[in-house]
Amino acid sequence: MKIHEYQGKQILGSYDIPIQDGVVVENKENIGSAIDEVATKFKCSEFIVKAQIHAGGRGKGGGVKYCSDKATAVDAANKILGMNLITPQTGESGQKVRKIYITKAFDIAHEYYVAITLDRSKSQDVIMVSTEGGMDIEKVAEETPDKIIKVWVDPLAGLQNDQVKALSDGLGFDGDLFDQASDVFQKLYKCYIEKDTSLLEINPLVKTKDDNIVALDSKFNFDGNAMFRHPDINEMEDPFETDETELEAGKFNLNYIKLDGNVGCMVNGAGLAMATMDIIKLSGGDPANFLDVGGAASVDTVKNGFKIILKDPNVKAILINIFGGIVRCDRVAKGVVQAVKELNLDIPVVVRLEGTNAIEAKDILKNSEVKIIPATTMQDAADKVVTAALN
Amino acid sequence: MSILINSDTKVVVQGITGTEGTFHSGQMIEYGTNIVAGVTPGKGGTTVLDNIPVYNSVEEARENHGANASIIFVPPRFAAAAVIESIEAGIELIVCISEGIPVRDMVRVKKLLNDSNSRLIGPNCPGIITVDECKLGIMPGFICKKGNIGVISKSGTLTYEAIDQLVKNGLGQTTALGIGGDPIIGTDMISALELFENDSDTDGIVMIGEIGGQMENEAALWAKENVTKPIVGFIAGQTAPPGRRMGHAGAIISGGDETAEAKNRILAECGITVAKSVAEIGNKMKESLTLNV
Repeated sequence: MKIHEYQGKQILGSYDIPIQDGVVVENKENIGSAIDEVATKFKCSEFIVKAQIHAGGRGKGGGVKYCSDKATAVDAANKILGMNLITPQTGESGQKVRKIYITKAFDIAHEYYVAITLDRSKSQDVIMVSTEGGMDIEKVAEETPDKIIKVWVDPLAGLQNDQVKALSDGLGFDGDLFDQASDVFQKLYKCYIEKDTSLLEINPLVKTKDDNIVALDSKFNFDGNAMFRHPDINEMEDPFETDETELEAGKFNLNYIKLDGNVGCMVNGAGLAMATMDIIKLSGGDPANFLDVGGAASVDTVKNGFKIILKDPNVKAILINIFGGIVRCDRVAKGVVQAVKELNLDIPVVVRLEGTNAIEAKDILKNSEVKIIPATTMQDAADKVVTAALN
Repeated sequence: MSILINSDTKVVVQGITGTEGTFHSGQMIEYGTNIVAGVTPGKGGTTVLDNIPVYNSVEEARENHGANASIIFVPPRFAAAAVIESIEAGIELIVCISEGIPVRDMVRVKKLLNDSNSRLIGPNCPGIITVDECKLGIMPGFICKKGNIGVISKSGTLTYEAIDQLVKNGLGQTTALGIGGDPIIGTDMISALELFENDSDTDGIVMIGEIGGQMENEAALWAKENVTKPIVGFIAGQTAPPGRRMGHAGAIISGGDETAEAKNRILAECGITVAKSVAEIGNKMKESLTLNV
């Protein structure tokens, strides 16, 4: 689960981590008063206007603007709020900007990069810092990996003082700046652990010209499985950042991701669902979605699955691929027939059921009055559904 | 022979009185698994199914029945504690079926595992089956046939699909192992490959992975140096969208080799036979075995 920059900064602020704070605006009519509020509250006359969308690379897409006075800030805010922002991380369709964050501008002496995430290969959290903050940190990692300093934290022992020292030394801090940076690293790690974060990235963390360390941006990604421990964070979720159909599928406990093709698919299990999409593509078709109905494919899940898939007007044919393990295929077959009848489906449905009672299931499908195309192997199913989508 | 479990394995089921726990315990017993006890805190002293004694702790179950393996069916928020209980009771093999365990909990579990003599399979996995001997999991046992292929997989139903294809190509299995697809798992692909390499009854290995993480790549590099048996690899997710991502930390850590395309390339470079399509897993394994003879 992801949140916006301004929400992340609220969390950082609650850990006494110095942040570049500001005011959030959702309506254009409030822009002027918000800028005045930032000017008074943070004693400044220069501003940054920042689009609040989850995807990164906002600056490259024109979603972040430095403004030397109120008039330019008003102008920039009016342009950014409501725009469709396309960044290297949004995909081609972009993301509509529904909120902007107007903050104080700092005189920056240097930009650093800080991130904490899980290193799956080591099964430990890793803290990474670099003197090369700002843009293109991935290029830095690729071309000059020694410029990224990493420490791995023992989950039982926690972050050690010598590790914090290695991070602050690595960025070349001494004296008061060393203390400030060390304090920030300790608090960031504490925040990362306590909030069940899977990614905490500050890019950039800056040294101001008057020698203060400040978090200029914040990116948080939380572990969805742990959100039962954090109802407050759960409430921060922005429904506009998730596709409407994906949200609805979630309510049915279905895992759905919309794609651009025209072959709908309904599969049990995420791995088999991906493999089904892959074989559709290899067979000359184009999958319209990923849909994992979970282990037990009951009449209701199949029916809800159809409803979700059919919200996409591009879908020309549907492939149901269920490997019946503990679930018996004959039951799934009955469910499919019932769902097709009740929903009055008029597009071709190819059904492949394998596993327990697969032969009985085939008879049920064959003898039903509804128009279902039975298939045997995955290749057979893919070929049939691709042909059906073409006609 | 086979790996990890056989007809001598004595199993304790954690969460045996829950709906899932009871149902799958029944299925496992039907397959021939020797379930010696169950554990549900607060229900010690009762029995379930065909007179299987229930205890309050794994420790008691182990002391009274010599259980050497456990399988966990408890809700995700309590699952890490259940794994730790088995580790502390000295259970050698722990299979965790539970799905949705917080990563933070698993980071701690993994550290405790590394300092113990226990092995964990999963979490969020279908478990493990040694054909015709013992099933410690939720997979449909009847689809398997005894034979000489070892199966390692991150995914549940995709494992069944692979087993089904092997059988249709006349190939049986020694053991099939679902390792789970979570960011942190107990037994990884390298460890599973090592077990099959050392098993004299296994002549070929099917390895099924997915996009994300580096495990398949690390396993392939390891196999190049250490595995003599033919391996067929399949990576699901060639068409998965790159997705709107956030930040750079993931890419810095992984170096960008997490796509199906990159993994297939690395697998092939390491001498693994890559099945581009899921439908090819069975016949590619058959071909590889013939070539290897």
